[in-house]
Amino acid sequence: MTSVDELMDYAEVIERFDPVLGLEVHVELHTNTKMFCGCANLFGGEPNTHVCPTCLGLPGSLPVVNGKAVESAIRIGLALNCEIAEWCRFARKNYFYPDMPKNFQTSQYDEPIAFNGWLDVTLDDGEVVRVEIERAHMEEDTGKSLHVGGATGRIHGAEHSLLDYNRAGVPLIEIVTKPIAGTGERAPEVARAYVTALRDLLKALDVSDVRMDQGSLRCDANVSLMPKGTTEFGTRTETKNVNSLRSVERAVRFEMTRQAAVLAAGGKVVQETRHFDESTGSTSSGRTKETAEDYRYFPEPDLVPIAPSREWVEELRGTLPELPWERRKRIQQEWSLTDAELRDLVNAGAVDLVAATVDAGATPAEARSWWVAYLTKEANARGVELGELGITPAQIARVVALVNSGELTNKLAREVVTGVLAGEGEPEAVVEARGLKVVSDDSALEKAVDEALAAQPDVAAKIRDGKVAAAGAIVGAVMKATKGQADAKKVRDLIIARCS
Amino acid sequence: MPSISRDEVAHLARLARLAVTDDELDLFAGQLDVILQSVATVGDIATADIPPTSHAVPLTNVFREDVVRPSLGQQQALAGAPAAEDGRFRVPRILGEEA
Ligand SMILES: [Zn+2]
Repeated sequence: MTSVDELMDYAEVIERFDPVLGLEVHVELHTNTKMFCGCANLFGGEPNTHVCPTCLGLPGSLPVVNGKAVESAIRIGLALNCEIAEWCRFARKNYFYPDMPKNFQTSQYDEPIAFNGWLDVTLDDGEVVRVEIERAHMEEDTGKSLHVGGATGRIHGAEHSLLDYNRAGVPLIEIVTKPIAGTGERAPEVARAYVTALRDLLKALDVSDVRMDQGSLRCDANVSLMPKGTTEFGTRTETKNVNSLRSVERAVRFEMTRQAAVLAAGGKVVQETRHFDESTGSTSSGRTKETAEDYRYFPEPDLVPIAPSREWVEELRGTLPELPWERRKRIQQEWSLTDAELRDLVNAGAVDLVAATVDAGATPAEARSWWVAYLTKEANARGVELGELGITPAQIARVVALVNSGELTNKLAREVVTGVLAGEGEPEAVVEARGLKVVSDDSALEKAVDEALAAQPDVAAKIRDGKVAAAGAIVGAVMKATKGQADAKKVRDLIIARCS
Repeated sequence: MPSISRDEVAHLARLARLAVTDDELDLFAGQLDVILQSVATVGDIATADIPPTSHAVPLTNVFREDVVRPSLGQQQALAGAPAAEDGRFRVPRILGEEA
């Protein structure tokens, strides 16, 4: 499994092949309890402390559906423009694997609660691609395995495995796209934009934490290629372990170049599960699906069917919040943004942060200049999302207020923000600790000006003679003496006043 | 024509992780065929206007409030486990079936 794959140059891939994508996104709902039992639905925690006879699959236990999870599933379906099933059932997906102690996963098979929808996805340059949704169905998450004894913590070479079932039974919605064809060289970008749009939508619906780093949003990317001019889909691979938005794009692109090289060499793409490696940006072969999975699905006898009345569905439609694309349109109008400005804001992932900063008292322009122009660079440099930088909208709003009141210059404000990012505490504490206040105390400034004039009597004489341009040298000396914490214009005015 | 083949029985046995000998395959294939044929007589009665039954009780939408109830403690959860380590269930290594 360590062979190095041949890759085709991306431009050549596009010349010779059309990629087809299929994206499966699993989203953990952030309900209080699990899907079929009253155990707490919490990330982490001491192993096997959020478990009960039902989610451990002990004999005699019976599941009961979490109504809130069904509500969330319907709301997700509606937001994705899906039809909502009038009647549907859960099904048992039978397999032996220790991540499910029941030896089956309770899922939905041919009767998903939501189906036939679509999501409009905006690419970085503003182009909109409509991604069609095949289905969204309800299921439960599995437990977590820890493989002991393997060199890399992966399953290969492991001596035994340890199981924590805290996550087993957490409500999961699986959202599956129809095949996405015709996007050509933009396929990797479409994949990332789709998952981004879905994440934003789920966040707006407040149904999940949508944290890819914690696994509450997970994406499996199916990729296949068909030679240009043909219409029959090629053999696909399914790449798992794609744990960030950027990885979605990288994984799709890698698979395109790898499969193209296989096909060009006269080989066949093997239908298999592949594993994405974040550090190398490559995928490696996982389980080969030589025997088609045989899960022997059958209707779950322990759960009665779900038949959402049309009244209930319409009631839930009424609870849908302003959705991300509607909000963007409104914000563009309210803040008078050009299309390009809105795009920068959205691409930076800064809409929520800027809006919250505006709510905390900054103007949209001030908030945008911090988040989009300044902090985005900081986030990129650190390789984190804007929201994970470690500074809050409220803190930025306070820095803005300090600038507006004249207590900080723009330059000092950046130093304050740098301090907050470095974990030095609240903006006010950083100002205090680093001694960053603008010297606005007139007597202190006058003293500094007088000292500078006394130190350079020839320059002082020139200024008194009306050669105001000479004041620059004194301004420089004063700024140096106040460690840059004085307002230069004010210093200049003061010098001229002292010399007239 | 039997309603289940010897190969199908072997396949099902593999899926169910049952070690079945060749002799047993012959035996079970025959027995299962009798059982399936008997059950299939139900199909003679069912017509197009009778949908398959998956649930005997005519109930739908049985939901639970999203309210946390006490879980088992870790010790209790692991009490019946053949092996445990670091608060987790310990299982033999898993071969070739990465999920
Ligand atoms: Zn439980």
